[in-house]
Amino acid sequence: MLINKILLRNKTLYGALMIIILWYTMHFAIGSAIIPTPHDTFLTFVRLLPQPLLLHLAASLGRILAAVALSLAIGVSMGLWLGINQRADKFFSPMLYILYPLPKIALLPIFMILFGLGNTSKILLIIAILIFQIIVTVRGGVRELTEELFLSARSLGMNRVQLYRHLILPAVLPKIITALRISIGTSIAVLFFSENYAATYGIGYFIMNRWSMVNYTEMFGGIVGLSILGFGLFKLIDFAEGELCIWIKIK
Amino acid sequence: MIEVKNLNVFYGREHALSNINFSIDTNTTCAVIGPSGCGKTTLLYAMAGLITPRSGEIRIHGQRLRGIRKDTGIILQDYGLMPWKTVWHNVALGLVIRKLPRDAIHGRVTAVLKELGIQQLKDKYPVQLSGGQKQRVAIARTLAVRPDLLLMDEPFSTLDALTKEHIQNLILTIHRHNPMTLVLVTHNIQEAVFLGRRIIVMGKASIKHILDNPTFGRENVRDKPEFYDMCLKVRKYMGRV
Ligand SMILES: Nc1ncnc2c1ncn2[C@@H]1O[C@H](COP(=O)(O)OP(=O)(O)OP(=O)(O)O)[C@@H](O)[C@H]1O
Ligand SMILES: [Mg+2]
Repeated sequence: MLINKILLRNKTLYGALMIIILWYTMHFAIGSAIIPTPHDTFLTFVRLLPQPLLLHLAASLGRILAAVALSLAIGVSMGLWLGINQRADKFFSPMLYILYPLPKIALLPIFMILFGLGNTSKILLIIAILIFQIIVTVRGGVRELTEELFLSARSLGMNRVQLYRHLILPAVLPKIITALRISIGTSIAVLFFSENYAATYGIGYFIMNRWSMVNYTEMFGGIVGLSILGFGLFKLIDFAEGELCIWIKIK
Repeated sequence: MIEVKNLNVFYGREHALSNINFSIDTNTTCAVIGPSGCGKTTLLYAMAGLITPRSGEIRIHGQRLRGIRKDTGIILQDYGLMPWKTVWHNVALGLVIRKLPRDAIHGRVTAVLKELGIQQLKDKYPVQLSGGQKQRVAIARTLAVRPDLLLMDEPFSTLDALTKEHIQNLILTIHRHNPMTLVLVTHNIQEAVFLGRRIIVMGKASIKHILDNPTFGRENVRDKPEFYDMCLKVRKYMGRV
């Protein structure tokens, strides 16, 4: 009964437990060689973590964070500009809406030709995924602001900087966080794929390398690492939302 | 004194206000009443400096109005509270923008929240408030900057009858305690008679009639027959073509 209560209260723990049960079932059903047991995998994970897994994870995380930072800087300014300036919007938005749903992974070969096989092309690919989502949602967020809010801000005597500080940025902040939440999963997937090319570090490289070496236990250890990385990023976004957008959560 | 002379406002080709003339004495009140779409909000926006008239002028204490004026407060039809700020921060906003020192902001916000009886709401967000509470927060935000001219657009239209009367009384009390000129837009006759020392009756884009209201500010005026006589008088002018 007590265990029941703890599990119900902690959704993460409950989810993890269910996955482990499922994992054991698969292990026994499919065969031990392809799907190692969870405990073997975790032991391998812990053994590999300091060397070399942490370095691979750090390389991937670094690429993601660099891409997120650049996408935010460019995407938010671009989205604000299109949201506020009608003429710029008329000029750019038609292009934006064609490029937005395009599967960006298709650009990988072009990026590799143009920017080489190193970090640049990988980071640019993630930016290509994040940035459109950010531009489109930020632009939408500015558009949603009512005329009355602008009048209210102006009547209080706000100057341009104050208008951004007290009206426009707080209004688009939740949209930015939603945009990240929607697109971060895709960016991890795409990074995984792109790290198969000419990388020596990166969790994608590690997993595929162990796969080709037929070392399934270590491969699964890498998958666990990747899962934790993704989970951590989602939790980080949740935390940012909780801290910065209290007024949205209340509704 | 507030003077509006030969004011003309256009929205594109639509003549929204045509040759408006009136004046309001300093520290008195004035109610603008008229049917929906006649141009009441437009008149208020022009007096706030939020829109520029095609011709004519508005003088406030002798100064010709050009753009937004620091000592004018306006309460918009939908309150215009920032959804991402708590009651406290909404009320402090005008003071933060004017870059007042922290202590001064703290003192003024506390005082104005107390005056309006909404101290207990200070950590709430606008979505968590009822219509009447939002109304009070909007009034508090405007009063915090101590305006000498307060413009209110349909402030009570969405409130229930009791809350409405309560806040109308509150406005009157505030006006008594803080010297300022009050201009209030409404389409409710009783509200105009209760809160307007002077009553401006508008028809489409123009003024039909200006009345002085001797019943204004009397004790328990809502229970007096002369209050209803006044209401009837206003109604008569509104009905006239
Ligand atoms: N931004 C705008 N652009 C074009 N026309 C407008 C605009 N705002 C108002 N109008 C028009 O000007 C006229 C007067 O509008 P206004 O909002 O001043 O009326 P009102 O008396 O405040 O009405 P209500 O009682 O419904 O609030 C209306 O015919 C309206 O359609
Ligand atoms: Mg109006």
